[in-house]
Amino acid sequence: MEKRNAKAWLYLVPAILFLGFFMVYPLIDVFIYSFEEGYNSASQTFFGVGTYNYSYVLHDPYFLQALKNTFILVIITVPLSTGIALLISVGLSSIKPLRNLYQTVYFLPYVTNTLAVGLVFMILFKKTAYSDGLINMLINWFGGNSVDFIDGPYWAKMFVLCFYTIWVVMPFKILILTSALASVNEEYYKAAQVDGTSKFRIFRKITLPMISPTLFYLVITGFIGAFKAYSDAVALFGTNLNAAEMNTIVGYIYDMLYGDSGGYPSYASAAAIILFTIVLTITCINLLISKKHVHY
Amino acid sequence: MGNQVDYEKIEKAAKNRKKLVNGITYFLLTIWGIIVLFPFYWMILTSVKSYASYNSEYYPKFITLSPTLQNYADAFTQVPLAQYLLNTLIFTVVTTAIMLVVVILSAFAFARLNFRGKNLVFTLFLSLMMIPNELVIITNFVTITNMDLRNTFAGLILPSVTSVFYIYLLKENFAQIPDELYYAAKVDGTSDFRYLRRVMIPICRPTLVTITILKVIECWNSYVWPRLITDDENYYLISNGIQELRENGLGRENIPAMMAAVVVISLPLLVLFLIFRKKIMAGVARGGTKG
Repeated sequence: MEKRNAKAWLYLVPAILFLGFFMVYPLIDVFIYSFEEGYNSASQTFFGVGTYNYSYVLHDPYFLQALKNTFILVIITVPLSTGIALLISVGLSSIKPLRNLYQTVYFLPYVTNTLAVGLVFMILFKKTAYSDGLINMLINWFGGNSVDFIDGPYWAKMFVLCFYTIWVVMPFKILILTSALASVNEEYYKAAQVDGTSKFRIFRKITLPMISPTLFYLVITGFIGAFKAYSDAVALFGTNLNAAEMNTIVGYIYDMLYGDSGGYPSYASAAAIILFTIVLTITCINLLISKKHVHY
Repeated sequence: MGNQVDYEKIEKAAKNRKKLVNGITYFLLTIWGIIVLFPFYWMILTSVKSYASYNSEYYPKFITLSPTLQNYADAFTQVPLAQYLLNTLIFTVVTTAIMLVVVILSAFAFARLNFRGKNLVFTLFLSLMMIPNELVIITNFVTITNMDLRNTFAGLILPSVTSVFYIYLLKENFAQIPDELYYAAKVDGTSDFRYLRRVMIPICRPTLVTITILKVIECWNSYVWPRLITDDENYYLISNGIQELRENGLGRENIPAMMAAVVVISLPLLVLFLIFRKKIMAGVARGGTKG
């Protein structure tokens, strides 16, 4: 038995080394960093221990901007993308011909590079000296005035960011929801049809309760994903997100770590822990609500 | 007789309504399809417009009558696009390969071998799944910097290997293989490692393919870690390469050439997707995230 024990551990050595070195140790370290005041990354020294880093971050206007942007992004994109994905999935499951084609097309954004396709969105929305861009052309057709969506007013930029974020997250949600809809037992629908129940009522009383666990799973992962938004914003507005007023919490963390404004791992750690606390709280609230409304 | 007519009327009305609903459904689905496809169309279209004609269109045109491949030549000659692609390929292949070895070995230990503390270690592994990347990336950045591994493949690859979820996925799959096979192999004097290689891996091939594809997609599109750890152009991956193109290279003035680069970058995964469509979609449904 002793020999077998040793052998089993041998199989686990690579995984334990990788996880220990790049996950467990950093996890402990990030808390230590966040309490070390005045940490200097060049000399690796610090003055003292305390909560100054947290108070610095919470009073930093850039962080507050990032916090505001992230919350707006979350509140707009999570319900909208989940709702639209539900509509599309219900539509998809009600048709037969061409269903595979539509499903394939809808999945395409999942396998694209966020940074690369973000550039396409940028040129579609951008207003330059040579051209107002395609979207502005469409707006003009309908009698509107051109708006600079990339370097213009705050809400125009926020609109593009939300639009692109939804475009990026839709494939996953549609895929998960269509498979959830397909797994609802046909018998329920037949029984309801015999009773002459209206379609809308069938949807509300049978379909929704049956897929509610999936729906809540998507809402929870959607919240977590949206709180970590970053590369979508970089793709649209470039790496200097603070100047564009479009930074996100994750963007703030990386800016503190590296780049022109970087070199402050302590501030970055404090911001990362604040982010983690927010995500954890929201997830717990979600779970509490789901206990009331989800039928397992 | 009157009743007969009524039935027909009702039936006709119901059929018409169904047709209408169907029509609306197709219409709305098509609109979303256009929203999804249009950026792809636009990037291909722009990439074959000549520099002069693109810049002369104050109102962008939806088609071009004189497509050119000049932009693709520019994208490869004016910026090191080939270098970015090669770097990404090396990064993706090596990371995925190391990940597979690590995942297979530990999944095997959890599924097949018995040892003291197995459940405890497995629970600890699972709890690591909840740790967000943003929390550990800070220390990893400092570690890699202190080890002088910035701008090296080792620095890029090593922290990207870990994937607890795939260990879990494969362990579940391994555990489904009946014990009898193992005992039969033992009676024949097969070693554990040989059994893993000759029996378990072939049986669980579909899961392994799924894991591989998901990891390849993740590696090909990864942006944050490569950006933190490389500032030497020779080690850029496509994601930060394209960002560099945008801010200091082609993008400032030559949009068509930039779109050519975007097409080149997007193509490999799109082709992979069209080949393995069913596998990828099933795999993502089982274990994918994003969004």
